[in-house]
This record gives sequence, C-alpha cells and structure tokens, in this order.
Amino acid sequence: MVPLSYYLVLSGILFACGVTGFLIKRNIITIFMSIELMLNGVNLSFVAFAAHWHTLAGQVFVFFVMVVAAAEAAVGLAIILAVYRTRETLNVDQVNLLKL
Amino acid sequence: MTPPTLNLWLIPILPLAGAAINGFLGKKSSRPAVTVVGLFFSGAAFAWALSVAFRFSSVELPYQEYLAHWIRSGIFTVDFAFYLDQLSLVMLLVVTGVGFLIHIYSVGYMWEDPGFYRFFSYLNLFMFFMLTLVLANNYLLMFIGWEGVGLASYLLIGFWFTKDAAASAGKKAFIVNRVGDFGFLIGLFLLIHHFHSLDFTQIFDQVRPLSPETAGRGLLTAIGILFMIGACGKSAQIPLYVWLPDAMEGPTPVSALIHAATMVTAGVYMVSRSHFIFERAPGALTVVAVIGTLTAFFAATIGIAQTDIKKVLAYSTVSQLGYMFMACGVGAFSAGIFHLMTHAFFKGLLFLAAGSVIHAVGGEQDMRKMGGLRTKLPWTFWTMTAATLAISGIPGFAGFFSKDEILWRSYQASWAYWLIGVITALITSFYMFRLWFLTFFGEYRGAVSPSHDLETHSANDTASSHGHGHGGIHESPKVMLVPLVILAILSVVGGYVGVPESLGGSNRFDHFLGPVFRSTLPAGSGQTQMGEKGAPEKETEGTEAKTEASRELSFTGISVFAALVGFALAWQLYYRRPDWPQKIATSLAGLYRVVANKYYVDEIYAALVVKPLVLGSTDILWQGVDRKVIDDTVNNAADGARHVSDQVRHMESGNLRSYAGWIAAGAAVLIAYMIWRGVAE
Repeated sequence: MVPLSYYLVLSGILFACGVTGFLIKRNIITIFMSIELMLNGVNLSFVAFAAHWHTLAGQVFVFFVMVVAAAEAAVGLAIILAVYRTRETLNVDQVNLLKL
Repeated sequence: MTPPTLNLWLIPILPLAGAAINGFLGKKSSRPAVTVVGLFFSGAAFAWALSVAFRFSSVELPYQEYLAHWIRSGIFTVDFAFYLDQLSLVMLLVVTGVGFLIHIYSVGYMWEDPGFYRFFSYLNLFMFFMLTLVLANNYLLMFIGWEGVGLASYLLIGFWFTKDAAASAGKKAFIVNRVGDFGFLIGLFLLIHHFHSLDFTQIFDQVRPLSPETAGRGLLTAIGILFMIGACGKSAQIPLYVWLPDAMEGPTPVSALIHAATMVTAGVYMVSRSHFIFERAPGALTVVAVIGTLTAFFAATIGIAQTDIKKVLAYSTVSQLGYMFMACGVGAFSAGIFHLMTHAFFKGLLFLAAGSVIHAVGGEQDMRKMGGLRTKLPWTFWTMTAATLAISGIPGFAGFFSKDEILWRSYQASWAYWLIGVITALITSFYMFRLWFLTFFGEYRGAVSPSHDLETHSANDTASSHGHGHGGIHESPKVMLVPLVILAILSVVGGYVGVPESLGGSNRFDHFLGPVFRSTLPAGSGQTQMGEKGAPEKETEGTEAKTEASRELSFTGISVFAALVGFALAWQLYYRRPDWPQKIATSLAGLYRVVANKYYVDEIYAALVVKPLVLGSTDILWQGVDRKVIDDTVNNAADGARHVSDQVRHMESGNLRSYAGWIAAGAAVLIAYMIWRGVAE
C-alpha cells in the first residue's frame, strides 16, 4: 500500500504548482485553472487522510469542495466571458478599471 | 428664640457687586456713574459695618453666620460661614472705613486716568476679598480672601501695565507671595490632617486642652511657623518683604489702601486669629517675635537712605508691620491689633498725603526735588504733619499709644526686643522727619516752574496731570483733601481708645479685645502667657502694680526721648544744615551705598534664587528635559513610525499577485514553523 506521505507530498506539489501558476500567469483562464489545481491538491490530501484514518468526513469534504468548485467555475467562467466580450483581452494586468 | 441676625454676608457682597457692575459696565458708562457705583458700594459696606458695630452688644459672641455648604467629605466639612468677634469687628471697621476714605480720595486722584472704571472695579474687588478674609469662620474661606487680596494687589500694582516696572513689580509681588502662601497652605494641610477641621471654633475646642509645647518640636510649633511663613509673604516680613517696596509702582491710593493700611496687615490678623495655636507653641512665637523685631529694625535703616517719597513710606510700612509681629510674638496680640489700627490711619494718611504731594508737583517722587511745599500745600502739610507725629510716637498722637504698648509688652518678654524696638523708634522718627523736612521745608528744589506737562509723571499717570490746564504747584481738589482731614483726625485721636493704665487711661481697646485673646490656656498650666497679663491680676497685686506702672511710665519716657532725638537729628541734618547729609554720605560712602541699595537684598535674591531658577529652567528643564527628553521622545517615535511605514508601505502595491504572494509566503512561514515545532517536540 502506498504510504500516506506520498499522497501528501503529491498534494503539496499540486498545491505549490497552483500557487506558482496563480502568481506568475497573467491569463485569467490559466489563473482560474491554477485555483482549481490548488483545490484539487487540497482534495487529494483530504481523501488521503480519509483513507488513512478510515473516516468518511474527509470524503464528504471533498464532495463539498467539488460542488463549490463547480459553482465557482460556472460563475467564474461567466465573468471571464463577460470580461473578454467587453475588453477583448484576458490579461489580468489590463483589467484594472477599478484601481486608483 | 431666634438670635438676632446681623446679615454679615452683605458686607463683602456689596463691594463685590460694585466690582462686577463697574467691571462689566464701567467701560461704557461715564466717570460720574462709575464714581457713584464705586463709592456707593464701598460706602454701603462701611455703613453696614457701622450698623453691625452698633448692634454688636445685642448678639452673643462669637457670632457666626452660616450661608451654605461648601465641602463635605466624611467628617471634614467646610462651609461658607462668617464669624464675628471683637477682633473681626475692629478689622471690619478699619477695612471698610479706611477703604471708603481711600475710595473717595481715588476719585480725585484717578479722575483723568483712562482706566478709571477699571481702578474702581479692582478696588471694590479688593474690598470684597479683604472682608471675606476678616469675616471668614474657617481657614479655607480665609485663604480664599487671602489669595483674593493677593490677586487684587497684583492687578492694582500692575494697574499701569504698559509700564514695564509696574508689570514686573506686580509679578514680583505675586510670586514672592506664592512662597509665603505655600507655607500657609501646608499649615492648613497639617490642621486638616490632625484636627480634621478648618473651622476656627472647632480647632480651638480641640486645641484648648493641649498644654504648651516646648520649643523646637511639636505639631503646633510646626503649624505656627508655617503660618508665620505665610504671614511673612503677605505682610512683607524678612525674608519675603522685597515685594512691598516694588509694589509702590501702583497708583498711590493703592499703596495707601492695600500696601499700607489693610492687605499687608492680613498676616498680623491671621497670626492673631490663630493666637490659640501660637500660645501653645512658644517656639513659633519666638520666631514671630524675632522676625518682627529684625524686620522693624532692618527696614527702618533702609528707610533712612531712600530718596523716593513712596519708597520711604514703603520701608516704613515694612518696619511698622515688624512692630506688629513683635507684639504678636511676645503674646501681646491686642497691642499688635491696636498698632494695626492706628497704623492704618496714619500710614494710610501718609500715603494719601504723599500722593497729594506727588500730584501737586507733577508726578515727581524724588524728595530731593521737592522742598518748601509747606505754604503751597497747607492742607497736605498739616495732615501729613499729624501723621508724621503719629508714626514717630510723639505723645498724644495715635502711634504713640500703640507703639508704646508694644514696646512695654516686648520689654516684659525680653529687653532685647525692647532695645531694638526703641532704636527702631528713633530711626523711624528720624526718617519720617527727614521726609517731612525735605518735602515741606527749605527751598523748592524741583524744576523752576514744575509745569504739569512734565513727562516725569509715571507713564499713564501723565493723563492725570495733563488735564489741569494750569501750571504751578497747587493744592489737591477737595475730594482728595476730605479723606486726608478725616484720617488726620483719626491719627490724632485714634490712640485714645487704648490709653494705657500707666498714663491714667483704662486701655479700653485691650479690654475690648480681651475676650478674644485672654484665657485660652488651660487653667493651672505652668507656662506663663508671656506678655499677655490680665488687667484684674494687676489690680490684685497692689503695690507691685504701682511700681510696674511707674516703670512703664519711665519706659514711655525713654521711647518719647528716642522719638525726640530722631526729630532733632532730622532737624539738624535736613533743616539747619542741609549740606551735612551729603557730607556724611561721602564720609561713610561704603555704608551709605549699601544702605541706599537696600543692603543689596534684591541682588542677593536675584543671584541666589532667581538666576539659578532661570538658568535651571533654561538649561536643564527647557534645553535638557523638555527638548532633549520630551520633545525627542515624541519626535523620534513619530520619525520611527514614519520610517517603518515607509518601508512597509511597499507591501501595499495594489497588485493582486503580490498580495497573493504575501499570503503564500505567510502560509509557508506558518507551515515551516509548525513543522519545526513538530520536529522539536
């Protein structure tokens, strides 16, 4: 059986990839995907713990996270579409109308 | 049966009303209106005081009148309440009577001054506080009056505040008085701490069973000495007398009322009022007597060499106040109060007459530039003569009886007091006749025709001399002469209320004040009351009383002789041989310079107290503590905050990704910490 630490390290790597992508990418879609990656990195650690301790709580959390992520993806993609239609760009640095 | 009420509260309230009306409305009203208000309210206070005096026998003494609560804290209470006994009655009549006369005089003296209404407002305010002081039934209310007269004194010394000397003289008076008030205040705290009261009667009841303390220790001695420090400030005794001569910068009626007749005697009143404490503290009494004696002598010697007519009178006041403290210090409180009363008459008169002279010669105060004014100012001359005879102790005049009483009583305590007292009497007589001869005899030594346009009149006072429109020396208007004449009469006859037994009198004044000052020591206590011997004792002692009386008579002879010697000296030096004083001054140049410069006391104080204070304040407190510690702490804190913020503000870039980066970094730090902790455990 694969030890717990393997899962956790993988989860950490996934999360770190998400963070890095979030920080360095300028394209909104990529940023969005990075967020999903972070969420899934966390999900992985949840299920890994759940399997390790033989409890259901972690799995329930994962479902919950997936539901929220789905809702977020729906709203987020809608916003991205709306932004692209009005501004013809997906570069976050140019979406700065509300900044001082 | 309800006791008859005297409505004592009216007496102080009336001048206060006058002060308020003139102070708030006087600027817009005419001079006659201001005059009417000022005179009416002070006159009404005097009238009421007189009516109180007439109904005096109908009330039970001490009469107390309770007005309102003031402070209630546990068992400690202080009320607004007034207290009347023989002592306060005498003070009441002196203050309102002399005060009213000086109000009248001021109408003439200050008529041309632009601050006429202000002057009367302050004068009435002074009356209010002074009357509060003498009528208070507890020390705290007395202290209110005490501080209040200090305030009025400050305002009136600095009345011509555009003149630098006047403004700084006012400040000096106020600051020097603070030193004394500090002592008084600590005395009050001691009273509160140990007797839980400031009420005269309550403290009296608690002190009564105590026996006299041996000198140099004990609570009552401490309180007495602290009170004496307060009295030194207010009544201009060594070492705090320095403010009084400078206070002569004020208008002359102020010098007469506040700095001669009334306010400066507050210390004597306070010590007399606290006699039950002092009688049980022989150490404190000795301090009072020694300070009084030394001041009397010391100030009198300074008076010899002064050339400013008001300065002579100022040092004379200090000296006479010294006599009063000498009397209190040997336990002869009633003699002290007697001298206080006669002094109020003749010194008030001397100042008013001096004011009349100054007024006549166009503001000149230097006696060397006067002379020969006898014929030109006959009224002033004769009234001043009465006052001079009175203060010099010429028999028959007021000062003779009171001063003689003091000298006799002080002899009973110690011959040293008496000896210095007699020498002082000689000096007093000398400098007073010197003033008299210099001012009224010989040739006029001022400008040939002292035009009233001379710039010599003290700064703002010029207005009062300009208005006359005619030059030459002239007698003052009637409104100024009437108070002079009344005071002159009082200076002549004022002493007859207290003719001592040895001169065939019955010393009624002493008997009148008797109930206040006698029999406060518990019967059978071994300590004698020093000079305070009851008259009945004397009668029972038969022959011994007779020898006592004849001895008193011979002592009277000695002091009269001293007065005459003083007169003769002055006559010789300043009338027959006017060139001699100059010769003597040159041959004794060193001594003369020291005396003329008032023994350099002001300079010594400046070097010992004022300069270190100023330097300490500038170098240590201002440059050191304030700038280096307080300012730098505040400034450095602010600078530090600004520097840190300067660095930290770069975090707030507005860049979303950098925020996210900080969050990630923070999370990483937290995780690293937790892992490290986990490893450590």
